[in-house]
Amino acid sequence: MDITLNNRKETIEADQLTLNELIQYKNFTFKLLVTKINGKLVRIPDRDKAVVKDGDKVEVMHLISGG
Amino acid sequence: MQTKTIRVKLKGKKVGIAGCGGLGSNAAVSLARVGVKSFVLVDFDVVDESNLNRQYFFRHQIGLLKTDALKSNMLLIDPTLQIEVFAEKLSEETMLTHFASCDLIIEAFDQAEAKQQLLESFLSVNTGQYLIMGNGMAGFGGFEKLRQEQWDDRVYICGDFESEISAEMPPLGPRVAIVANMQANLALELLLKND
Repeated sequence: MDITLNNRKETIEADQLTLNELIQYKNFTFKLLVTKINGKLVRIPDRDKAVVKDGDKVEVMHLISGG
Repeated sequence: MQTKTIRVKLKGKKVGIAGCGGLGSNAAVSLARVGVKSFVLVDFDVVDESNLNRQYFFRHQIGLLKTDALKSNMLLIDPTLQIEVFAEKLSEETMLTHFASCDLIIEAFDQAEAKQQLLESFLSVNTGQYLIMGNGMAGFGGFEKLRQEQWDDRVYICGDFESEISAEMPPLGPRVAIVANMQANLALELLLKND
C-alpha cells in the first residue's frame, strides 16, 4: 500500500496494517508517540485496532522530555 | 501593527502556562512584557539552584513555589497583571479545566508523559483554544534544527523534535529560551490574528 507518513509518500509492503504494526514496521522505538490517521487522533489503547490502508495519511510524533 | 494597537488587542486575552520551568517562565515573561494581561500559571515544583541556568528565577527565590516566584517576577514587569496560580500537579481531570478560561495554552512541561497527556486531552475535546507545545530543546547550537509545525487545527509544536535531555545533553538557557520565545512569538501571532 502507498501511504503518506509524516508528509512523505511511502510504500509499505503490506495491504494493510494496524497502527501498532506500522510503528513496528517503521522501527519507531520511542516510548511516547502521538499518532493520527487521516487527521484523526488515535489514542494509545486504540493503536492495536486502528487500521492503516492504502491512501491513508498517517502522522507519528515523538514527544521528548524537557521544558 | 503599532505597539499601542498590539497592547489594546492583547488586553482582553488570557494565556495558560502549563509548567513554569524553562519554557513556561521565559514564555510567560515575554508575553507579559508585550501586553498580555491575564495568565493562569500551573506548576507543582519549587525553584532549585539548578534551575537558574535557564529559568526566569533569581537566587533569593530558591525554595519558593515556581508559580509564586514567577507571579512576583511578572508583577515586577507589569503590576496590573491578573495572574491565577495553581501549585499542583495536573491530573487528567484538571489538565484542561484549570485553563478553561484561557484563549491559548503554552505547554511547557518537563516530562514527555505529561506532554502526551495534555495533547491527547486537548485533541479529544474541541475547546476553541490554541495549544502551543515545546518538543526538543536540549543542548546548545543546532539553531537550524529548530522549527515550528502546525500539528492540528489549533495545535502547534516548537522545537527540534529530537534532542532529549540527558547527562550529556542538559537543558541550557539560550536554547531553552529560544524555544520558549518561539512559543511566545507564535502565541502573539495567533492572539493578534484572531481578534
